[in-house]
Amino acid sequence: MDFAGKSIISIREMDKNSLLKIIETSNRVKNGEYKNFLTGKVLATLFFEPSTRTRLSFESAMRYMGGGVIGFSGTEYTSIKKGETLQDTIMTVSGYCNVIVMRHPVEGTARLASEIAIVPVINAGDGANQHPTQTFLDLFTLSELFANLSDVRVGFLGDLKYGRTVHSLAYALSLYQSPLWFIAPDLLRMPEYLTQEIKENGSRVHEVDDLERLEEHIDVLYVTRIQKERFGDMQEYERIAGCYRVTKKVVDMLGKDIKIMHPLPRVDEIAQEVDELENALYFRQAHNGIPVRQAVLGLVLGRLD
Amino acid sequence: MKAYKVYAIKDGTVIDHIPSTKALKVIDILGLENEGILTIGVGFSSEKMGKKDIIKIENKYLKKEETDKISLIAPNATINIIKDGRLKEKRKIEQPKEYFNIVRCLNPNCITSIGDIDTKFYTVSISPLILRCHYCERIVESGEIEIL
Ligand SMILES: [Zn+2]
Repeated sequence: MDFAGKSIISIREMDKNSLLKIIETSNRVKNGEYKNFLTGKVLATLFFEPSTRTRLSFESAMRYMGGGVIGFSGTEYTSIKKGETLQDTIMTVSGYCNVIVMRHPVEGTARLASEIAIVPVINAGDGANQHPTQTFLDLFTLSELFANLSDVRVGFLGDLKYGRTVHSLAYALSLYQSPLWFIAPDLLRMPEYLTQEIKENGSRVHEVDDLERLEEHIDVLYVTRIQKERFGDMQEYERIAGCYRVTKKVVDMLGKDIKIMHPLPRVDEIAQEVDELENALYFRQAHNGIPVRQAVLGLVLGRLD
Repeated sequence: MKAYKVYAIKDGTVIDHIPSTKALKVIDILGLENEGILTIGVGFSSEKMGKKDIIKIENKYLKKEETDKISLIAPNATINIIKDGRLKEKRKIEQPKEYFNIVRCLNPNCITSIGDIDTKFYTVSISPLILRCHYCERIVESGEIEIL
């Protein structure tokens, strides 16, 4: 797949080859094979909803490779309710930059923007829908440890119903037909249509409602936060959240080679005592956001191929 | 051809077997309001359907990709193309691959629910019918599909 000039909106548009290309390019970027390949290019970060980590990651990625950054971040822009106004914003900004990175609380906004903009748009999160570069960096991090993604046994833990990150990563891994485990309380199970789709793509799927009931060996545990707001009953929340908290003890139970991943930011779903263990991958994940985003920027801007 | 209580047309398209009272909705979806002479029959008795509606559109031959747009409200409609007083073509409705501005997105946080944006859906599966919103990527399933 030729990425030059293309927008990156959804993981659903990716096939295995496109994912492979992003992983390989990220790997070369991380190894320092390219220098200053974004010189003379301007990135506009349009954050209609703040997300400091994601925005800084893109801006840092751009600057390290010699590119410039403009943009805004703030809630005052979320008052843009009419499609018309958003269209004007995108059309105008299109003329000020070579690529747009955009986050918006309303689902589908990035897709709409990509249909208006005359430059590529990279979706950095549209509501609960998609955040494809997060999935790329998750896959890239996995690929650094596992030569063959088809064999990696990945368990997803926590809120699998609403978690955008787990939906996208599980979908991406299903393109590799990796065996997957969904570990969630009944209330927060993976949506049925998605499980179905993942199975149709060829992944074996195992669903359990408790980590202790996990009988088979897994290589990776991808942890997400269970949010209070999903529960009416606070006692019920405390009880369930407690069962899905990852501590040293849980890591021991899962075996010495288990890798713990998390999209960050975390609250208390992974105990701090886990951070110092070799098993913790989440900071490496976050740091990989830089080479992966550099690779994506380089590809869509036609500077890498 | 059967004799209807609506006069026969010499050239044009007859849409038969529309569920009763849906004729105006069909005209709306096909954008036929200003397309010359239309004859609308509502509540004819039908062996197959009990009651049915019929629309005759004079001097206009609707293409398959046009008539497939009514698949959600008149899946069993038959399309008759009449040329020079004779039946030239008779066809059924098929589910299209895409629906433009026909189905409502049920996600209140979708850009099509919030802004003034035309909806667009892709067919994920035909039986049961499952559609996916082009924008927010949510699924709507047969029982919950709402027509705009
Ligand atoms: Zn939608």
